[in-house]
Amino acid sequence: MIPIAGVVAVMVVTAATLAIGAFGLRVSRTTSDFYVASRSVGPVANASAIGGEYLSAASFLGVAGLILARGADSLWYPVGWTAGYLILLVFVAAPLRRSGAYTLPDFAHLRVESLHTRRAASVLVVLIGVLYLVPQFQGAGLTLRALTGAPSWVGAVVVAVVVLLNVVAGGMRSITLVQAFQYWLKLVALLLPISFFLVVWDGQGSPGTGRLQVTEWVEPLTGPHALYLTYSLILATFLGTMGLPHVVVRFYTNRDGRAARRTTVAVLGLLSCFYLLPPLYGVLGRIYAFDLVRDGRTDSVVLELPSRVIGGPLGDFFTALLGAGAFAAFLSTSSGLVVSVAGVVSQDLLSHRFDGVAAFRMAATLAATVTLGLTLVSSGLAVAHAVELAFAVAASTFCPLLLLGIWWRGLTAPGALAGLVAGGGLSSAAVTATMFGVSAQGWFGAVLTQPALVTVPLSFTVMVAGSLLTRAQLPRHLSQTMVRLHAPEHLSLDRGSYHPEKTTVRRRKRPSGAV
Amino acid sequence: MSHGAAPPRRERVTGPRRAAGRSRRMSVPSEIDARTPLGEVYMQSLVRSQLRLAVGVVLLLACTLGALPLLFWLFPALTRLHVLGIPLPWFLLGFVAYPFLLVVGRFYVRRAERNERAFTDLVDPQ
Repeated sequence: MIPIAGVVAVMVVTAATLAIGAFGLRVSRTTSDFYVASRSVGPVANASAIGGEYLSAASFLGVAGLILARGADSLWYPVGWTAGYLILLVFVAAPLRRSGAYTLPDFAHLRVESLHTRRAASVLVVLIGVLYLVPQFQGAGLTLRALTGAPSWVGAVVVAVVVLLNVVAGGMRSITLVQAFQYWLKLVALLLPISFFLVVWDGQGSPGTGRLQVTEWVEPLTGPHALYLTYSLILATFLGTMGLPHVVVRFYTNRDGRAARRTTVAVLGLLSCFYLLPPLYGVLGRIYAFDLVRDGRTDSVVLELPSRVIGGPLGDFFTALLGAGAFAAFLSTSSGLVVSVAGVVSQDLLSHRFDGVAAFRMAATLAATVTLGLTLVSSGLAVAHAVELAFAVAASTFCPLLLLGIWWRGLTAPGALAGLVAGGGLSSAAVTATMFGVSAQGWFGAVLTQPALVTVPLSFTVMVAGSLLTRAQLPRHLSQTMVRLHAPEHLSLDRGSYHPEKTTVRRRKRPSGAV
Repeated sequence: MSHGAAPPRRERVTGPRRAAGRSRRMSVPSEIDARTPLGEVYMQSLVRSQLRLAVGVVLLLACTLGALPLLFWLFPALTRLHVLGIPLPWFLLGFVAYPFLLVVGRFYVRRAERNERAFTDLVDPQ
């Protein structure tokens, strides 16, 4: 492998990202520009941007790696990440857009009208955001190592710096364009090489199929506790998507609730095209790069395949292309996460001391630095599994908050708070233990590695029970809020006076001529 | 001349009807805004129809995609079937699942927009 090609690829993606970001710099003016691009983004660009932001290191590298290592059961990761958008579509997309909330804490505040619940939601956004960021930085480290032989921390630092430059300079407007571009880059970067590999494999007379006939790899549900683990994974991915901070903030960029639905279907289409590809890399990896399983380096399979299957200058070109796609994945997901975490931190924790834009920049820097530190000390779980754990926390907290908040009038502030604390506390305890390499035997061990099937029903139960016990404390503007969430926008009805920029705790006025 | 003829006509036509209309009923939007029992019924009908649709979609998903692990676990022979040379679980989860999700999504959007049109016709018939 020639390091030059890989270095050039990474530099090109980085430069393109920063250039498009700089283009956005000229139009970012106010706080709402930073958070949500002022809703001036077209539907195609918006759907591509959502796809680009969502397809992270876990999708680009991790899925293929897990399929190489574990086989059929891992097919549920990409299926679940796509189905999560369908669940989001049917329960959350239009009402969330109609709520007018920028962030999940905004939604919590609007619906249950309590600052305590809002703060709990803010803490959870930061927690989920950081859990999701760590594997992105980790993926960047292993990619740069595979491309150039540099130590793992170099890639993590590069991604952190580029994301910060981009986010701090332009905010959401610039990353919307960056991410729309990165979806297509990621798709082409996977599609082109795999087409060649399949032709080459076919031309060689389809060798290596013997390695695919291993029962515990090719057949699902062969390991211990397999049924529990599979359903827990399904629950986490199907229900977790709606609770991811960087996904939710995107809905504000749609014109109205109807557009939010249509954009979500477009996203389903884009994800469906993309997720056909990573499993093919996993299967070909089984044939050409089986030694990665033995070395525990399965997350690199996407990057290793070109040199194993083709080699020569064409192989180098494909390695560089895949490296570029992988870097696009880290940069786009990390940017989205840093923006949404920084939005929440600056709004709820820093806004009484600094003005909007300065608080946002400070919070972004803080988020990236903390994540970088955690990446260097975490135990290096498989990238896709680490990301899925962030989904488990989201499914155990924001999923019940959104579903009950939108569809059940009975949700009260104390009930919501109790559910967030119970579901969030237990799931994040399990997830943190797993991320730092704690493991246990038997059923307890299975629950630790995939907590969702236990913590999601628990969180729902606590929220419902808590709300029933505090029935007298229904929010004052509940009826207007329900009208706001469900009535189409063109009807002139009283939807209450909620506006995210005005309701925040001691929020300052918009900065006038900043940036 | 016409000035002299107009006032009596105005009295006869608009006066009594306006009073009767007011006492009989308010417009649907103001029923909703004033949170009258009737207004709440209108809102609930919208929320219920959308919730029924959403729950229907989730049940469909649970009985198809969601039932696969249970089926494979109860009937392991299924996992050894092949379609186009590909083992059944790989075929279903690697290829069929995606177009299926997309079709269900499109179906949902059509039905959800239809529910909203019905609500709009009820609330604001113009």
